[in-house]
Amino acid sequence: MSVVISAAGSGAGPVVAAAATTIDTPSIQYLQLSPVLIVFGVAMAGVLVEAFLPERARQLVQPLLTGGGFIAAFVAVCLLHAHRGVLAAGAVAIDGPTLFMSGTILVFAALSVLLVAERKLDSAGGTLVADASVVPGASGARALRNARGMQTEAYPLMAFSVAGMMLFVASNTLLVMFIALEILSLPLYLLAGLARRRRLLSQEAAVKYFLLGAFSSAFFLYGLALIYGFAGSVELGRIADAANTVGRHDTYLYLGMALLAVGLLFKIGAAPFHSWTPDVYQGAPTPVTAFMAAGTKVAAFGALLRVFYVAFGGLRWDWRPIMWAVAILTMVVGAVIAITQRDVKRLIGYSAVAHAGFILVGVAAANTEGLSGTMFYLVAYGFTTIAALAVVTLVRTGDGEASDLARWQGLGKQKPLLAGSFAFLLLSMAGIPLTAGFIGKFSVFEAGIAGNAVPLVVVAVLTSAIAAFFYVRVIVLMFFSEPTGERPVVVTGSTLTYATVGIGTVMTLLLGVAPQPLLDLANHAAASGFVR
Amino acid sequence: MNPSNYLVLAAILFSIGAVGVLVRRNAIVVFMCVELMLNAANLTLVTFSRIQGTLDGQVIAFFVMVVAAAEVVVGLAIILTIFRTRRSASVDDVNLLKY
Repeated sequence: MSVVISAAGSGAGPVVAAAATTIDTPSIQYLQLSPVLIVFGVAMAGVLVEAFLPERARQLVQPLLTGGGFIAAFVAVCLLHAHRGVLAAGAVAIDGPTLFMSGTILVFAALSVLLVAERKLDSAGGTLVADASVVPGASGARALRNARGMQTEAYPLMAFSVAGMMLFVASNTLLVMFIALEILSLPLYLLAGLARRRRLLSQEAAVKYFLLGAFSSAFFLYGLALIYGFAGSVELGRIADAANTVGRHDTYLYLGMALLAVGLLFKIGAAPFHSWTPDVYQGAPTPVTAFMAAGTKVAAFGALLRVFYVAFGGLRWDWRPIMWAVAILTMVVGAVIAITQRDVKRLIGYSAVAHAGFILVGVAAANTEGLSGTMFYLVAYGFTTIAALAVVTLVRTGDGEASDLARWQGLGKQKPLLAGSFAFLLLSMAGIPLTAGFIGKFSVFEAGIAGNAVPLVVVAVLTSAIAAFFYVRVIVLMFFSEPTGERPVVVTGSTLTYATVGIGTVMTLLLGVAPQPLLDLANHAAASGFVR
Repeated sequence: MNPSNYLVLAAILFSIGAVGVLVRRNAIVVFMCVELMLNAANLTLVTFSRIQGTLDGQVIAFFVMVVAAAEVVVGLAIILTIFRTRRSASVDDVNLLKY
């Protein structure tokens, strides 16, 4: 099948007016694209469920549908493990890193569905608001706080966001990447504003995330436009060919590369584009924070790696110094500011910034070890963060989560097992041996040394030591200080959240004690590299 | 007419938008400035499309318009909710989350 397009208007100039161009409609390999298509299908079905099922039925159907869809898509990713190739007329690339990161995103999304679906956290139910459009403080707001329902639109929004993330790591052209960036971001802006308690903070987080996110995607788009001006195409392979042609380096290329980097570094939360991270992590409902922390980070690093390894791989001597500088700044800013934090979610937010810096060490290494190390680190970090934030949802006071650290004093005596697993997760974030975090740090630092980035690794090790200080401070607070003031209530009946904590902790331990299978998988995925 | 003049115009528009996001206080105006940046990128794309004689840039510009429309829907919904809560759309009043 083919479509004939004739350029109308003979005055359109000599170059555009090719009289009649035949465009072959691309063949779409539905089978290879099935993971993304499944998730998109689940999202659409979720919208229909919202429209046609009554409130009570939706509470049950939506989590099953969304979670089941994520698991089905994960199975599809596993079945596709041997596929490599560029699909849909060069729009999407299926290769080792794509499949590895899509699988990772789906696992984290499925765990986040467990947290969102939790209905037994306080008298009113879960952590998501029953009706997001009711004005806080108005009449009816109090009734709303105790309403049993929740905004079940959260599930289709999550599914859309996951589809965007999967497309983001798979995109082979900058246009698809831009659209995937928006598909993953727009639902997240809305999800950030859905917290049941502390509505003002939640809405504020949504506004900040939205305005800054839109600002950064405008930079990404302008970078795309300049790269198009340089290379005449937005396909990553063509950009690489143009950039590798001697004597074609010009302003558009470097300006475009810088602007694309701004857009991508914003999404990963690297300094100096990190200022949204702690605010949004604190304000957003905690399950959404977990989803965003784990999923968005994987997706954004996937896209960053693809752009800089495929399109600008030949220019690595030009971009590596900048990546070094950003990595160092990110690690230092994240670790130093985290020391002063008094709020658990904000602390995890700044720790996310510091972790983004550590992962950037793997990116700056610009070699295959860097790619596999980065992918392993993302898996380790995701499990740890989701489990840690799940613990945060369990420790509550009368008006929601007891996110103030002072309330956590003496928690170890009250709930030794829960506090113990939280302490273990913090140790993993600090990178203590026998945890996943240690293996992750080890693999990216090793890649950094192999990539001649020794000074960068030295800075990374030093900032890990600074970061270890504030993690250990929380552990000391929980186990070695007496509780003061009102003690928080630790919710006990919430099976789904405890399951998430359990899975995250076990995976953190397992990846720390026996990391070899996943390391092999990451190496295998990285060895074949990116297709283009 | 030399098409690179349009590139300069687009760069100026983009800069006006970026500065506007940084200095204006009303969330709606900030958002309009972001839209101005997107339109500047569109103008750049169309100009490059003309210079290079490929249609890709014009196709991308259509995609960008659709994405911008979707962004307006989500953005105005968020800004409207916070306006109804606080009776103000100033980004300076959004100051509970800090440090």
